[in-house]
Amino acid sequence: MSDRGPAPGRARGKVIVCRCEDVTLKDVRHSIALGYADIEEVKRYTGFGTGPCQGKECHALIAAIIADEAGRDPASIDPFTARSPISPAPLRLLAAIDPEPEGDEGDEGDDDTAEEHD
Amino acid sequence: MGLAGPRPDAARGQSIGAGGPPPARAEVVVIGAGVMGLSIAYNLAARGMSDVVVFERGYLAEGASGRNGGGVRQQWSTELNVRLMQQSVELCRGFAQELGVNVWFRQGGYLFLARSAAEVARLERNAAMQARLGLPTRVLEPAGAQEIVPELDLTGILAAVFNPSDGILFPWPFLWGYAQRAAAMGVKIYTFTPVRGIERAAGGGYDVVSAAGTVRARRVIDAAGAWSPEVARMVGVGVPTHPIRHEICSSEPLKPFLGPMVSELQSGLYFSQSMRGEIVGGVSLPPTITYSTGSTLRFLATYARRLVALVPRLGNVKVLRAWAGAYDQSPDGNPILGPPPDAPDFYLCCGFVGHGFMMAPAVGVHYAEWLTGGPRHEMFDRFRPGRSFGPDAGAEPEEREDFNIG
Repeated sequence: MSDRGPAPGRARGKVIVCRCEDVTLKDVRHSIALGYADIEEVKRYTGFGTGPCQGKECHALIAAIIADEAGRDPASIDPFTARSPISPAPLRLLAAIDPEPEGDEGDEGDDDTAEEHD
Repeated sequence: MGLAGPRPDAARGQSIGAGGPPPARAEVVVIGAGVMGLSIAYNLAARGMSDVVVFERGYLAEGASGRNGGGVRQQWSTELNVRLMQQSVELCRGFAQELGVNVWFRQGGYLFLARSAAEVARLERNAAMQARLGLPTRVLEPAGAQEIVPELDLTGILAAVFNPSDGILFPWPFLWGYAQRAAAMGVKIYTFTPVRGIERAAGGGYDVVSAAGTVRARRVIDAAGAWSPEVARMVGVGVPTHPIRHEICSSEPLKPFLGPMVSELQSGLYFSQSMRGEIVGGVSLPPTITYSTGSTLRFLATYARRLVALVPRLGNVKVLRAWAGAYDQSPDGNPILGPPPDAPDFYLCCGFVGHGFMMAPAVGVHYAEWLTGGPRHEMFDRFRPGRSFGPDAGAEPEEREDFNIG
């Protein structure tokens, strides 16, 4: 179990697994039981990883729980899509950026699924 | 990269509800478990037709249904769209009770702001038509808009229009509500199960070849959103829509202060405060034809610039996350509904140009009524696949929907 971090299977009582959004271990298991078992689905059903830390604290723990519940190898669980900005950014800071700089070739952005690029 | 194809098959085969392999036969196969496909499947089952299979290539909220801003408005420029949305709003009001899930629906209204005389004329014309249909839409002087949202900087704003019965909702629970109730009535929903081919069956109907098995369907519904053309091509049908990336972002949660969804016509800026307290919004950018869901700095910079100009007090509020989804853009800005002339029993439900989510509650009811032998709603004539999509598409003012904002 050492490579999986904490051992969620042995936890007792009400266990908060995402502190930003108050998501519990029970919430995660409920999502999986309903058929929302992919990490992207668990994120949406429970709201984990959508708060100020954007999953930086809870992501690995919840991936380990999903692996545990499904009996899958943790290495087979891909992380959910990282969202811009990397850290919370004030609107006035973003507003100071020229959206159409001279000579800009266009910005495709990072994709949800890198394999979509061709 | 330009226009990329669908993702490589990731056929991991999950299911909502019963599970097990799909049946050999079904009355209806729906392709796409977005809000359209699920609304149709739920409404079919609620009318007694539960022999329905839904195939979804990814997860439930992976497409545009999980990526939109949650706006639900009745302010449109054509009467048919106003009436459809009046019905949708009524359905949204009862959704939590009917489907047993909290969709966080809140009727705070929609406030549109005009910066030019032409925009004012548009708003006045639309408001008069909406009033005839019974909406409480009213045109306001800038001071009237200020009363509704005191934080607005109305420099350069000539007029506004407000309908207090428009609103916002949280899109994801809508999908869960439709899916769970449909599954409880016997609909079989397969996620992570791509459809790889559709063949016409000799005795009528279609063989839908999915990653989980083949189903002989009497009727097939293509509700694959921006991917609808690819599904239609499997039966040799051309669909004249294309994917346009639309970006959105969300802020840190704030104490509730903003009643309506606010939209500025000139820039296409729109923003609302969700029930979680976040400011969620987007802005118009030059259209990019792509399935890419990447986020761009150009979007964040344009959005922030417009938003801070209009609501200076939001300057210190932080953006937490940005994402994108694909509009299914049709040539005349209206959806494409029903069977194409050369593919009987193959029903299109696509081309909603970013407004499918809000229209799905009403569209699902009308589709299910029709397919279970009930009345055929007028939208199936107006939005028929066989209409002209040539250069003059939507040239008649009463047929052109010009209120596709954002």
